[in-house]
Amino acid sequence: MLHVMGIPILNLVCYVPLAGFFIILLLDRKSVTAIKWTANLVALLDFILSIPLILSFNNPSYTDPLTNFRYIIKVPWITSLGAQYYFGIDGISLLLIMLTTLLGFIAVLSSWTAIEHRVKEYYALLLLLQTGMLGTFMALDFFLFYVFWEIMLVPMYFLIGVWGSERRLYSAIKFFLYTLAGSVLMLLGILALYFDYGRQTGVYTFNVIELQRIGFPFGLQYWVFLAFFVGFAIKVPMFPFHTWLPDAHTDAPTAGSVILAGVLLKMGTYGFVRFGLPLLPDASRYFIGIGGKSFPWMMWLCIIGIIYGALVALMQKDWKRLVAYSSVSHLGFCMLGIFAATPVAVQGGVLQMINHGLSTGALFLLVGNVYERRHTRLISEYGGLSHIMPLYATIFLIMTLSSIGMPGLNGFIGEFMILQGTFSDPTLRIWSGVAVVGIVLGAAYMLWLFQRTMFGEVTNPKNELLDDLNFREAFCYVPLIILSFWIGLYPQTFLRYLDDPVNRVVSKVRGSDYFKLSIPVADATTSPTVAPGTVVADRPAPHR
Amino acid sequence: MITTSHYLILSTIILTIGIVGVLTRRNVLIVLMSIELIFNAVNINLVAFSKQLQNTIGQVFVVFVITVAAAEAAVGLGIVIALFRNKEKINLDEIDLLKW
Amino acid sequence: MLKYLWLIPLLPLAGSALIGLIGLYRVRVIGRKPNKTLVHTIAVGAVAIACLLSLGAIHDLMSLPQDERVYETVSFTWIPATPLKLTNGAWATFKVDWAYRLDPLSAVMIFVVTFVGFLIHVYSIGYMYEDSGYWRFFAYLNLFMFAMLTLVLGNNFLILFVGWEGVGLCSYLLIGFYFEKKSAGDAGKKAFIVNRIGDTGFVIAMMLIAVTFGTLNFEEVFRAAGAWPTETMTWGLLTGITLFLFLGATGKSAQIPLYVWLPDAMEGPTPVSALIHAATMVTAGVYMVVRCNALFSRAPHTMAIVAGIGVATAIFAATIGFFQRDIKRVLAYSTVSQLGYMFTACGVGTFAAGLFHVYTHAFFKALLFLGSGSVIMGMHHEQDMAKMGGLRKYMPWTYATMLIGTLAIAGIPGLAGFFSKDEILWRAYGGGHKIIWFVAFLTAGCTAFYMFRLIFLTFFGQPRFLDAAEPAEESHHSHGGHGQDTVHGGVGHGHGVRLPHESPKSMIIPLVVLAVGSIVAGYVGMPSYITHTNLWEHFLDPVFRYQAPVSDHGGHDAASTEILMTALSVLIAGAGIFLAYWIYNRRKTQPADEQRSLGVVYQCFFNKYYVDQIYDALIIHRTKDLGTGLWAFDRNVIDGLGVNGSGWVTRSLGRLSGVFDKYIVDGAVNLLAWMADRFSYIFRRIQTGLVQSYAMVIMVGVIAFFSLYMYLSK
Repeated sequence: MLHVMGIPILNLVCYVPLAGFFIILLLDRKSVTAIKWTANLVALLDFILSIPLILSFNNPSYTDPLTNFRYIIKVPWITSLGAQYYFGIDGISLLLIMLTTLLGFIAVLSSWTAIEHRVKEYYALLLLLQTGMLGTFMALDFFLFYVFWEIMLVPMYFLIGVWGSERRLYSAIKFFLYTLAGSVLMLLGILALYFDYGRQTGVYTFNVIELQRIGFPFGLQYWVFLAFFVGFAIKVPMFPFHTWLPDAHTDAPTAGSVILAGVLLKMGTYGFVRFGLPLLPDASRYFIGIGGKSFPWMMWLCIIGIIYGALVALMQKDWKRLVAYSSVSHLGFCMLGIFAATPVAVQGGVLQMINHGLSTGALFLLVGNVYERRHTRLISEYGGLSHIMPLYATIFLIMTLSSIGMPGLNGFIGEFMILQGTFSDPTLRIWSGVAVVGIVLGAAYMLWLFQRTMFGEVTNPKNELLDDLNFREAFCYVPLIILSFWIGLYPQTFLRYLDDPVNRVVSKVRGSDYFKLSIPVADATTSPTVAPGTVVADRPAPHR
Repeated sequence: MITTSHYLILSTIILTIGIVGVLTRRNVLIVLMSIELIFNAVNINLVAFSKQLQNTIGQVFVVFVITVAAAEAAVGLGIVIALFRNKEKINLDEIDLLKW
Repeated sequence: MLKYLWLIPLLPLAGSALIGLIGLYRVRVIGRKPNKTLVHTIAVGAVAIACLLSLGAIHDLMSLPQDERVYETVSFTWIPATPLKLTNGAWATFKVDWAYRLDPLSAVMIFVVTFVGFLIHVYSIGYMYEDSGYWRFFAYLNLFMFAMLTLVLGNNFLILFVGWEGVGLCSYLLIGFYFEKKSAGDAGKKAFIVNRIGDTGFVIAMMLIAVTFGTLNFEEVFRAAGAWPTETMTWGLLTGITLFLFLGATGKSAQIPLYVWLPDAMEGPTPVSALIHAATMVTAGVYMVVRCNALFSRAPHTMAIVAGIGVATAIFAATIGFFQRDIKRVLAYSTVSQLGYMFTACGVGTFAAGLFHVYTHAFFKALLFLGSGSVIMGMHHEQDMAKMGGLRKYMPWTYATMLIGTLAIAGIPGLAGFFSKDEILWRAYGGGHKIIWFVAFLTAGCTAFYMFRLIFLTFFGQPRFLDAAEPAEESHHSHGGHGQDTVHGGVGHGHGVRLPHESPKSMIIPLVVLAVGSIVAGYVGMPSYITHTNLWEHFLDPVFRYQAPVSDHGGHDAASTEILMTALSVLIAGAGIFLAYWIYNRRKTQPADEQRSLGVVYQCFFNKYYVDQIYDALIIHRTKDLGTGLWAFDRNVIDGLGVNGSGWVTRSLGRLSGVFDKYIVDGAVNLLAWMADRFSYIFRRIQTGLVQSYAMVIMVGVIAFFSLYMYLSK
């Protein structure tokens, strides 16, 4: 296990923000600058501390050969319940943790001038939120996972409710209740698995790895899948559980939106990859419609989410709400890839989580920049910003392109892998074909937004004197832009962490012999047999 | 020869003085002092019996009682100061905050 | 030189990034625009070097033996190896390299792109010099060069798609270059979105290819497909793949039904129209079809559709071009029409002829667009031909070069367009596609007519700008030459009418070079009855290695028929020219007269058959309505009924249990409290609040209990 300063690395990464939280609580509320510096430094420190996670990720001495999880911390916690304090990460959680620490820092940095009242509480809550998110991605014990999952809710609730805009209380309560309702159902599902595992083996444990070892009866899986689905789908959010998202996004402060879109939504998708699919393979196949024997509920919901989200985004008048609805559409893509459960698709789905975090996070930051200047989010209030804020417009263009999947930028890799992977399953092929429409609509709403805000004459005199981004604001985008290009041009840096965990998930869902049905590729492509799917009455001899 | 009875008589007297002080004096400081007297009456009793029974436990208790008494005096005085700050009076018959 | 192949796309990219960064830095930090000389030195320099490198690479390629003329270079692995299950159940290792491929096909394309691109860069120095977005323009233009070169050099479908989307992006940015104008922004958006619709087809085709062949690499796919039978009788997988690919091509290359974006794209600066919307980007679809000849040739149904759509687009766009009054729009429809020709060629199975037309068209259409740019600039940003006329006098160089371009496009023997167009017509006829031949043949006449209408209206006749009521007051963007040659020509109204002027040298020289190109470019592909072997086809032979053998209708040796057909097509071109001459020069018909004499037909042609309006009504507005409807559904049903509804139910339940709580549960509590309250009146007398009285009671109690104890223990 990797120790830094005698502390296991995962604990360190997870609890440094918590330490920051306490430090800020001890500071005088009037020393605003000290609070800001502390929060920024703590967030930066956390990001720096998370870098060794990548550097020694493949070091075998930190790897549990059996489960392939790294940096494991496993100590008994509530022994009477069988709950352990069990941390560990694999490639999927590694990427998400890196995203969290990065976006966490950017969110803190971006708030420097945006927050004017109750600064102390604001930064304290942001850091507390960070610990909650990191813990969720690290926990391998359901009980621990649930604790962190709920810890996240509270700071977010306050961030929206206290520092939000007009309808903040409504949105905050909606967010809280909605998510809580989902997580309670999820808890029921967890308990059902816990007791069934106990019934089967006589041992009661919340250890996720252990729970994955045995098979649960289909009847149980069926109901637990529904419970998990509600819990995770609300978080994702998938149609029709998405309506908290536009409200919460719209009313949250900028940093809140960034974290919400960048990381919190990924909890849902992560939940499906880590828990939903591997624990409940039979029910997953049933609900996804793999094999074509059952109604593809999940595919329908993904597709509806993609197209519906895009169409609704098209007609938004509120800049932030538009981006929020675009999240519904993008996460529909993520879920499509994850549910398709083929190696390419799941890798694409996981990568798309990161991509969405980067591009939508940046888009929310960008809205935040102008909101801070103009205090309005109405698209019609803007126009011609290219003239006044050329740097801003350039960054906005890059992030728009990343969002609509321009090749060379990150969004394309994710979308293409999702579509290609989904396409490779014959029964799910049609869904991939339909999802392509989402890409057209994505271009439509984003470019229309770009046109309405950036192009045209400056018609609103209030816009004429807007300042372009200052150094701090521009600096926030530097890592996001670099990563967007990096993932777009050289995705293997990131994808190579996903190979093994994704294959594990796929072989869980589809059975381990899914990978074995392999005939040499050479036969497949060069054999002069008739193309698969072709119906030929009499087979003419191949030419040449 | 001073026997245990002597000690007991002494302690009874001190106790009586203390009780009378607590019950009759108006000044809260004097009431506090009277309480100290009551403590010390008990202490004398404890020491006396310790001597008679050839057992040190009584004396150990005395040390505890003295400690507690000191703490109690500190708390008592703290309350008195707080009282004085708020009400500007320390006469017990004028303070009836405990009334319904 | 071959090993520097990767540099060819990279140089313009570096140029673009450099100009962009310098520009942003200067504008944001220093507050001034970057130095113009620096900007165009970088931009033109990058393209010039890329052009030289291309020529070197092509030279090296040519020096290889004919069969080995393929050079591939892998820059890095783009999408790393991942297992992908194929349709037949096998596992393939799906992996995409960022790799470039130079073969005769891409050689032709990079030559056209870098050479014409270079000339247009030079031209832009003059044309855009006074524009405030000078650096932005060159950054975009260089980025376009990168994307286009990536498109034609990519060695697999995904790299091609990178370029494919990249050119779409640059097209968007450049069409919307004058972004203050709403029409420009709209046109850019329209171009991008219509292209995206086509791209869905391309993406689906790619996915089909990947799950069928397990790879996206051209060579591997085509080699594997080369073993497949031709789907003569059935609509098989290849037909599906090629149809989807062709959908992509209709978007990029502006064919029915997705051609609508190209005419609007003329909102962009004229060099952009020349480079992107005439010479290079729009031919990407043709390039792709030619590249995929191994697939297309095995899907006869698709081929029939390609040919049909191509020829339909050709005549359809030509008729729209008849009466357009905007000089650039005429050229735009002409481009659509010529692209239709190229697809017709591909559809009848003569991919080489299609590519030949791409190549010659690049010269003369770029020339025509640049010439029109010169006219527009000389006319102080007037694009309406109704306000031109007699310009021959004022701008002789522009006139001469444009005339050459027009002769070339009309198919006059000896010029580039003649060879390629004639090749297509003859192949269509010789391949037995008589109807297609006939329509294409008619189109040739139409082309000659509307192109010469343009020439006559612009350069001949009485100058109409003198009596134009308003002097040019275009204030969108101040290009060169404003206010220099103002004379008081208006007698009655005293307004200053500025006379047209010839353009600067940096614009004229590219025109002359392109004019020379428009004359000589065709000689590499002279028909076989003149040169015995068609050099062009011979050069391209390796590209068609995996093409399905074409069923030969036996036309190749009938040189006499071919010559006859050639004569026919020259004849109809001549007829078109004569008609234009008769109407617009002899009878001096003015654009305004056209409407009067033709009525409904004119309306129909002029308004482009109302296709834009139909699309608006049927698709765009319906999509927006759907969006609005779904949003209302989202707010009212899902959020309103579902979420807030359950919130309301919960609250109502809460209120109900609140009532219960208040009157029954809490009532019982309050009753107890009330009773306690009553009793307390009795007992509270004891509570004096005085410490000493409590102490007294305690004391008394202690004594009482003690006494009792003593008494009892006796």
